[in-house]
Amino acid sequence: MSAFTAIGEEREIDRDEYTPEVEPQPTWCPGCGDFGVLKALKGALPEVGRSPEESLLVTGIGCSGKLNSYLDSYGFHTIHGRALPVARAAKLANPGVEVVAAGGDGDGYGIGGNHFMHTARENHDMTYIVFNNEIFGLTKGQTSPTSPKGHKSKTQPHGSAKTPIRPLSLSLTSGASFVARTAAVNPNQAQRVLKEAMEHDGFAHIDFLTQCPTWNKDAKQYVPYTDINDSDDYDFDPTDRAEAQRLMRETEDKLYEGEVLTGVYYRDDDRPSYGEEKRRIGEMPEEPLAQRYFDDDYEWERSHDRFIDKHK
Amino acid sequence: MSQDELIWRIAGGSGDGIASTSQNFAKALMRSGLHVFTHRHYPSRIRGGHTYVEVRAGADPVKSRGDGYNFLLALGDSFARNPQEEAYYGNEEAKPLAENLDELREGGVIVYDSGLLDPSEVPNFDERVDENDWHVYDVDLRSLAREQGREVMRNTAGVGVTCAITGIPLDAIEELMRDTMPEKILEPNVEIMETAYDLVREEYDVDAPDVSVPTGEHDEEQVLMSGSDAIAYGAIDEGCRFIAGYPMTPWTEVFTIMSQNLPELGGISEQVEDEIAAAALAIGASHMGVKAMSGSSGGGFALMGEPLGLAEMTETPLVLIEAMRAGPSTGMPTKPEQADLEHVLYTSQGDSQRVVLAPGTVAEAYDASRRAFQLAYEYQIPTMILYDQKLSGELTNVPASHFDREPNPDIGRTLTEDELAEQPHTDDGKFHRFQHEGEGGVSPRSVPGQKGGRYLATGNEHSPVGHISEDPDNRVAQMDRRQRKLDAIRADLDGDGLLVEHGPEEAEYGVLTFGSQQGTVEEAVDRLNGNGHSVKALTVAELAPYPVEAVTDFLDSVDEALVVEMNASAQFRGLTQKELGTHGEMLSSLLKYNGNPFEPAEIVEGFTTSIVEEGDLPGHETKFVPAAGD
Repeated sequence: MSAFTAIGEEREIDRDEYTPEVEPQPTWCPGCGDFGVLKALKGALPEVGRSPEESLLVTGIGCSGKLNSYLDSYGFHTIHGRALPVARAAKLANPGVEVVAAGGDGDGYGIGGNHFMHTARENHDMTYIVFNNEIFGLTKGQTSPTSPKGHKSKTQPHGSAKTPIRPLSLSLTSGASFVARTAAVNPNQAQRVLKEAMEHDGFAHIDFLTQCPTWNKDAKQYVPYTDINDSDDYDFDPTDRAEAQRLMRETEDKLYEGEVLTGVYYRDDDRPSYGEEKRRIGEMPEEPLAQRYFDDDYEWERSHDRFIDKHK
Repeated sequence: MSQDELIWRIAGGSGDGIASTSQNFAKALMRSGLHVFTHRHYPSRIRGGHTYVEVRAGADPVKSRGDGYNFLLALGDSFARNPQEEAYYGNEEAKPLAENLDELREGGVIVYDSGLLDPSEVPNFDERVDENDWHVYDVDLRSLAREQGREVMRNTAGVGVTCAITGIPLDAIEELMRDTMPEKILEPNVEIMETAYDLVREEYDVDAPDVSVPTGEHDEEQVLMSGSDAIAYGAIDEGCRFIAGYPMTPWTEVFTIMSQNLPELGGISEQVEDEIAAAALAIGASHMGVKAMSGSSGGGFALMGEPLGLAEMTETPLVLIEAMRAGPSTGMPTKPEQADLEHVLYTSQGDSQRVVLAPGTVAEAYDASRRAFQLAYEYQIPTMILYDQKLSGELTNVPASHFDREPNPDIGRTLTEDELAEQPHTDDGKFHRFQHEGEGGVSPRSVPGQKGGRYLATGNEHSPVGHISEDPDNRVAQMDRRQRKLDAIRADLDGDGLLVEHGPEEAEYGVLTFGSQQGTVEEAVDRLNGNGHSVKALTVAELAPYPVEAVTDFLDSVDEALVVEMNASAQFRGLTQKELGTHGEMLSSLLKYNGNPFEPAEIVEGFTTSIVEEGDLPGHETKFVPAAGD
């Protein structure tokens, strides 16, 4: 019998199951885009049939990291930039658990950039939400990896001399098999994109534009936006890598010109997830590894039986 | 030359097959009934550079490298880039014959490959041979090997010559070659060995040197194993089925053994982008209820400081191993040192707590590895195994029965769903994962996917359900509970720990050491007692929480003590003084940090000169530091 009966349970999930009944209530500033992520996630998780106890939300540090406090699933609020390595091991250890990782643009594209690149490359079956507000919020308004060139802040008094990271292009080049951008001001699209991301079998990266009304007042509220999957102006096939690459670049450039493009840019549904690849070459057990430690009948091998002869 | 032991040094260049040849040789001697111990020395290079392995063999247990050696098989460095004396690295081709030649004992044997080595390139070779009564055999191993097969097989030819001179039967070596070599290269190797053997028996005077291999018999079946093997097997027997890592010498050895075997054991090995990720992956897997480990060496371990603190704060069981090499920075990557002690004890911010175990022998490496997992999972705390390049790669014989143990996959105080239902929850169903009270400071945990177990793990200070909390009362309660674990662990270890005392119960002097110096210190202590001194040793394998009571008792029982460690700043002595708060005036240090482990004679000399005679050490390889205030 499974030691984890929350996994795969057949029942209706209510979004309120994810809402804490008691304090704490969200401490984000009024008008913060982070509320939009929380709302979309609470909507998408029941839609894909996942209950709070079969879901693990792994976050980094920053305003985004507080997401864990307001979403009542299993949670792991890790350290700055390291949500992805924790999350991907969790998925390998128990693939039955729905793993969602989340962090800010500094967390994911700055300090954790190396992990982002490699998690995408490996194509772990998980969803990664980057709260992109183009600023460091919790530390009070410093320039971030996605801040536009010339962005002035207390730590960049003469304006940033750096061109910003291209999150979508970087994701695609690194190997993510699902790449999307959505915005907090577009809750319906956000929930739809999140649902698709969670249903996708592979690494699904969502660059989630979350306006910061406190520290990034100059920046746009990300309206009006265009949904490239819906718009008549864009005749676009997200399974075409070359097209995706071109449109991602255009999207990244236009954001800094005041035009907000969103949608699912790329998806490769044929590429096996990392877990599948590992199982195919015999480097990952078919049964969830975590289950074994609760199985009283499992026969654990001894080093003595397996290795001692070659040392004789 | 001493009859009671053989110290055979095979010297060549990296790539000359020194490691595999010496391993087979050592195993053959072990099978013949002898006790063996190897010491390896190699550069951080793939091809070329002076490499040697010493195989020490005797009828009685051998715990350490010896003092020098009495048989040199100098193959020459066949990959030497620039064999000239004035080259930056000197004449590397000649180094296997020239370097440390003075350490060859009087009456010793030199076999050199005359196909590659020219003794005229060794300063005053002939005079030194005469002075020291060395017996020299110049054999063209290179041509021999080339005629029979391939030039690289000249190491096997050298083994044939060794057997001819020492009287080791060829069968013993051949049997091993049959066990380890692929068919294709087996026959030519056997042929080469036999040809070399016959040639030397026929054309050279093999009876001249007073050299023969001692004979012995084991009481029970032995296995030849390294510290890295033992650590990996200990982990496997504790049910560890997840490892994440990034290559770095010398930790790579354990990582490799685990990676090669975990898939067949239904486990998972992940080679990842860096050591931050490696430690974080181990935490992620352990959080899900899996027994997991990671590790590295100095520089890589430095990157693990922050995940280490996360494991402590979230009370995620974690085993990290740290294989020390000479630092600082990149230091000397393939040379042993014990200078990461403070690094491992204190890295990571805040009052973060951990367990640190430093095994002293190959057998103890297995025990410490198992113990590390038991403590980590029982107490939900990061546990480190601190060892070094020496213990990592040295081979010695251990009774096979030492490893004949039952597995223990227990993951500590983790609740089942039925048990979870009985636990306190908030009104909306969150489990009190971090209760203020708990036996031994431990609050039982749930794992994701379990019904009724949902909670938040966070690196922030947190309330019983895991919510971020800066409430002062909660802070103190949580901090005190986490700290209490160390008292419980100390009590556990006091009952059944890893401290090893050696020598007479009543002694005038003490030698205190930790980790891999154990065997060498014990041999030195035996010799000192044999020389009429009164000395006993204590090897401390439990560094955190520190065994204050046991070390205090030991020091109280002697007049003065010498602390032996392989670093320049006497870190272990400093730790002992800090933990004890007393006895500082009776602790002096003998240090070595030149990249080579202590020889027993160096400890004997250091002790005699500095402690007994209160004189100055003549050599420059070790350093004496008197007690504070002395």
